[in-house]
Amino acid sequence: MALEQNGYITREELASFNQIISEERFKKGPVAIIECIQQIPCNPCESACVRKAIRIGEPITSLPVLNEDRCTGCGVCIARCPGLAIFVIDKTFSDAEATVAFPYEYTPLPQKDETVDAVDRTGRVVCKGKVMKVLNPESFDRTPVVTLAIPTEYADEVRSMKRRRDR
Amino acid sequence: MVNKEIVVVGAGPAGLAAAIEAAKAGGEVLVADLNILPGGQLFKQIHKFFGSSAHRSGTRGIEIGRQLLAEAEKYGVEIWLNSAVIGLYDDRVVSIEKGLNSGEKELINIKAEKIILATGASENVVRFKGWTLPGVMGAGAAQTMINVNRVKPGNKVVMLGSGNVGLIVSYQLMQAGCDVVALVEAAPNIGGYGVHASKIRRAGVPVYTRHTIIEAKGTDRVKEVIIAELDDSWQPIAGTEKVLEADVVTLAAGLKPISDLARLHDLEMVYNGVFGGWVPKHDENMESTQSGIYVAGDTTGVEEANTALEEGRLAGIAAAESLGYIAEKDAKERKDDTWKRLDGLRMGPFGEKRMYAKNEILACFPARS
Repeated sequence: MALEQNGYITREELASFNQIISEERFKKGPVAIIECIQQIPCNPCESACVRKAIRIGEPITSLPVLNEDRCTGCGVCIARCPGLAIFVIDKTFSDAEATVAFPYEYTPLPQKDETVDAVDRTGRVVCKGKVMKVLNPESFDRTPVVTLAIPTEYADEVRSMKRRRDR
Repeated sequence: MVNKEIVVVGAGPAGLAAAIEAAKAGGEVLVADLNILPGGQLFKQIHKFFGSSAHRSGTRGIEIGRQLLAEAEKYGVEIWLNSAVIGLYDDRVVSIEKGLNSGEKELINIKAEKIILATGASENVVRFKGWTLPGVMGAGAAQTMINVNRVKPGNKVVMLGSGNVGLIVSYQLMQAGCDVVALVEAAPNIGGYGVHASKIRRAGVPVYTRHTIIEAKGTDRVKEVIIAELDDSWQPIAGTEKVLEADVVTLAAGLKPISDLARLHDLEMVYNGVFGGWVPKHDENMESTQSGIYVAGDTTGVEEANTALEEGRLAGIAAAESLGYIAEKDAKERKDDTWKRLDGLRMGPFGEKRMYAKNEILACFPARS
């Protein structure tokens, strides 16, 4: 697997684990993207979702399965995933732009309306992103969630933003 | 000589979990730890843990440490800090160099009815030219510096080893404001969980699999690190050297169980490569070949905090049961539940080899006379 050799998941790997969201579902609004393809003993995402859109079941090492019709893209699961492997993508944000929400546990946090460098799974800067939201309520337990608006064509690639330095 | 019902050695997750279970059942429990703070490695673990949501998963290690200490206090567990256990003698006599408030030590011998050894593990070292230069340290040491003492070990880090420790500490070094300029791994594949690797990849850390460190260079501290590619027989390939500018090298080359006390008391040991070295034989009660001496956590084989907690629970329940604090039927139910959770943690491609290893250890336990 590319993940084991390189440390990042490819689209082919996601497809082989049936973790690609259908374009029909994307047309209906925001939806969770779970990039979790190794059987590890972990299931907080399952209980994070009040709509029961994420299923792991038994054994606890089973991979999460998203029911894309039940998922509303609310994003509560993002901060609950210890692997920081859940994102929410909204391809209906505007005609030319999508939003990507991701966990971001670095300081300084970006500010709303700032423009930042959006990066892909390898850390490569692929485009600029505008910060739409930074959520960091107590219930997220210090895993802030940043939402960027980016050109729609990069929605399947952008998974974070370039880390910035304090000074 | 002081009498105590149960003496637990080590206040990490296994020791605290054992102490809590035994004290909750009514046992009198003393925990001795040579560190100045309890919690073992838990207070360095600022990330959210995997595991079952029924069992505090998704909770940061530091928070689990706080919860354990609060429970230990609630059930009246006595904890001696800065107190090294320096000997175990016949009839379960434990020699402790107790740390006093004055800073002095006092040697106290305790006659224990039950002893639970939860002494943890220590980091392995990798040697290369320049490995004694200041700036070269264990990944665990770097993690203590940033997460406990809040001191950056330097600015540009080369991490050697891609197991979960290497991956997680790389991430935490960046959270602390360092740059990780390379993650170097001799094997063809990353050793730890893909999700941990993905976190540092999207933060821009280059991963060099099939590579190793040839030399750390510098006069009074590390200034440069030379890495090279390895061939199929793990030998450096001439001409593939790269020079990285770095002032810190962190070594994450695995851990080995700390078994000095077990050896001192002639507990029968067995070698297990999956678990990192020599470990005491034990049965399903976590009782060793010496009756009344239990073992739990990384000292029985290097795993994770979650498994250490569960093994500690087993040892605590079993010790309390044998003192008559828990009825056999009740104890059996609770131990069965705990084993079920342990089995869950030892599944999947990362866990099952530890399940086999644990079964081998249980299978080699000699019949109790």
